[in-house]
Amino acid sequence: MTEKTFTPRIISFLCKWCSYSGADLAGTSRLKYPPTILPIRVMCSSRVNPIFVLKSFFSGADGVLIGGCHPGDCHYQSGNYHTRRRVAILHKIFDSFGLETKRIRLAWISASEGVKFARVSSEFTEELVGLGENPAKKEIFL
Amino acid sequence: MANQLTIKKSSEQGLIDFLTFLLETRKISAVFTLRETGKEGVFDYGLITDVQMLKQAIPLHPFMPVNAGQELSRFKAMKKQVAAVIRPCELRGFIELIKRVQGTPDHFLLISYTCGGALRFASSLHGKGDTNLPGYWKAVEKGENYKEIRPTCKACEYFVPMNADATVSLVGKNHEDECVLELHTEKAKEMAAGFKGEYSEEGTKSQIVDTLLEKRKAEKTRLFQEIGSVMKDLGGVVEVFSRCVGCHGCSRVCPMCHCILCDFESHLFDHEASVIEKEFSRKEGMRLPTDTILFQLGRMNHMSFSCVGCGMCTEVCPADIPVASIFMKTGSETAQLFDYIPGRDIDEPVPVTVYKEEELSKLG
Repeated sequence: MTEKTFTPRIISFLCKWCSYSGADLAGTSRLKYPPTILPIRVMCSSRVNPIFVLKSFFSGADGVLIGGCHPGDCHYQSGNYHTRRRVAILHKIFDSFGLETKRIRLAWISASEGVKFARVSSEFTEELVGLGENPAKKEIFL
Repeated sequence: MANQLTIKKSSEQGLIDFLTFLLETRKISAVFTLRETGKEGVFDYGLITDVQMLKQAIPLHPFMPVNAGQELSRFKAMKKQVAAVIRPCELRGFIELIKRVQGTPDHFLLISYTCGGALRFASSLHGKGDTNLPGYWKAVEKGENYKEIRPTCKACEYFVPMNADATVSLVGKNHEDECVLELHTEKAKEMAAGFKGEYSEEGTKSQIVDTLLEKRKAEKTRLFQEIGSVMKDLGGVVEVFSRCVGCHGCSRVCPMCHCILCDFESHLFDHEASVIEKEFSRKEGMRLPTDTILFQLGRMNHMSFSCVGCGMCTEVCPADIPVASIFMKTGSETAQLFDYIPGRDIDEPVPVTVYKEEELSKLG
């Protein structure tokens, strides 16, 4: 019996100044990371309205990654601190309804951390393979 | 100066006398209160400037047509003082709106009362409210939950007003006996100066308030378990929220949903044909109207930590979704993240507008 291996799709909102540049660096450094990441560049991680994450999740994204600058390094002073609170709230709401919080991840990746970007994407992908497909994929009432 | 004013009349009449005094002495220019408009079972909030019109006022009637916090926020730059008689949850809603720069407290004398809950629309409209009144007041006196009050009222721990200028004691008191008005702020004491009544130092707190608090806490636990047992996974969420018709009535009546440019009122979700085609090619089907569950959970992200549990959303829901109970449960969890209680303190910032550098370190 051959089983088709499941490749998760991860919608990634990457901040222009850090995480997106980090992803670039991972590419230019020819680091290997899984082709699961679908990057969307945003000016700041705090640009990510929780609705974006919910919409991605309900549309069947297996994971959502929000990448921002390390605390204290935000190009706009405090954007990532606000992101952190929003993600905490989002996680709490997911928890409250027994949805899988593990599918939403926040990562601080600086522009010089190509290696970290590759590592986070690999780890997240592995974790999602373990979790399996997003049940929302089959749910039309969303 | 005395903190407690006792008027030897029924609670409602005593309060109306007090308001009449304030109007007659021109200490205030208007009274914001619930009134009965003449026909049986027709109630609304109104601003009353004429002493004669105060005859229509029924400030303590257990009915909440809208969350008054939302209404008070509409008078942003009034110069003259207005006395407003509102429920504790309405007051908390108002405080939350003030934090969001949607209102100012300065020109209000905020009078609230220890609240026995508001009747459900279904059991208070068309004159049905009156038949409930004897039972309701008996329950308030004994510190019990009356059966026809809103589900979130039964689970409300904050029935003793926070941030009120003056409080009418109702819980644990026979409302026919006397009107006990506690004056908390200097403003209230100044307003009361010259009014004839019995003044005394702070009276003893009624034991029955604690009795009711215990009952409310127990009911809260029960209600949250009930919601949690249904909405325990994606299937449960879909089961409950798929009834949503997308009318957005819940957000219209919500005191917290004040944004004019609400994402969900915009054209953001008026999808183009190509988007819809893509959607059903992926899922082999699609629900219409679209994005109703996204609306519910999205709204929850934006305001749940400020939910005051007034229950307006449940009352207006045409699809009978227990919106308020769900928001109250999730809201209490999100608020707990930041040790936040909506409407507790006017100087306490809304959690999403501030941050601490060292917190939530597990996330990053």
